[in-house]
Amino acid sequence: MHELGITQSIVEIAERAAREQQAEVIRSVTVEVGSLSGVVPEAMEFCFEACTRGTMLEGAALLIEQIPARARCLNCSYEFPLEELLACCPECDSAASELLSGEELRIKEMEVD
Amino acid sequence: MCIDCGCGSSADHHHHHDHDHSHDHSHDHVKGKTISIEEDLLSKNNRLAGNNRALFQEKGLLVLNLVSSPGSGKTTILETTLKELQSELGFAVLEGDQQTSNDADRIAATGVPAHQINTGAGCHLDAHMVGHGVEHFDLDKTDVLMIENVGNLVCPASFDLGEDCKVAVLSVTEGEDKPLKYPQMFRNSKLMLINKMDLIPHLRFDLEKCREYAKRVNPEIEIIELSCYSGEGLDKWYDWLREKLAAKK
Repeated sequence: MHELGITQSIVEIAERAAREQQAEVIRSVTVEVGSLSGVVPEAMEFCFEACTRGTMLEGAALLIEQIPARARCLNCSYEFPLEELLACCPECDSAASELLSGEELRIKEMEVD
Repeated sequence: MCIDCGCGSSADHHHHHDHDHSHDHSHDHVKGKTISIEEDLLSKNNRLAGNNRALFQEKGLLVLNLVSSPGSGKTTILETTLKELQSELGFAVLEGDQQTSNDADRIAATGVPAHQINTGAGCHLDAHMVGHGVEHFDLDKTDVLMIENVGNLVCPASFDLGEDCKVAVLSVTEGEDKPLKYPQMFRNSKLMLINKMDLIPHLRFDLEKCREYAKRVNPEIEIIELSCYSGEGLDKWYDWLREKLAAKK
């Protein structure tokens, strides 16, 4: 359940940014979660409620943007969506590829008043 | 609110506005402004891991993060290694478990400095715990820092501790398909130790398949098969350690 600690970081980062902007209320916070980041969005949503209680984020909406994984084949340079870590290149069947996206775990923006 | 657990899921936001009328009413709340943040959620851990790494670099330490399922034999591998090599190399060991100091006690019995970190409800070690954990050691007298992570093949994969590399331990009493089931961990590891090799005759563990699965997830991964009871493969593991340490000095 490492989503708990990660969700606490959302609160820390968002509150710090809100204070810097002299915002009073945080309406929503948007995070990007890659499909290979090891974070389960539902678990993050579950933790968010508990982590935000008594903070500037209490009652704020958590908007999770899921980022699909993409890879580039190291053999033929073809770029393709990666459903799982073990997929081979659909063009040349090579197993060697580099990851282009999918490991994101980032707080993107928030809406404040 | 999600009616099942109150988790604030957005899936329940079905506003069925009938939009064939003109929108002449004004909303009475001011639309807030959007602040761009673009900060990695692991940035705090990664920053602290960077501090750890700089300290380890300065001290010329080889730092290994041992990861596996519970019961794969990490502590026994450490005990065996320390008994054999402590006259040659300076070791220190950080032990991560949810509860008890049993593992640190076992390591301390070998005479090597050991410190237990109890994570309580936590399922992994993080860079902050490790940064404070090493305060218990004299790093000037240490060549190799072993960090035995909490037995868990999922969560520790995401948390950089400042180590040189992860070493994944898989014992032959587990399934040979563990690398496929937990690809992130095996992809992030430099070495896989296949442990308890003395039990192979009693099991239906497919060694070839295990190696193939690990290579499929991580073509670069190195693999050493060993047993702390028969002694098989230990020399290869010790040579690997010596080689990695020499590359640091």
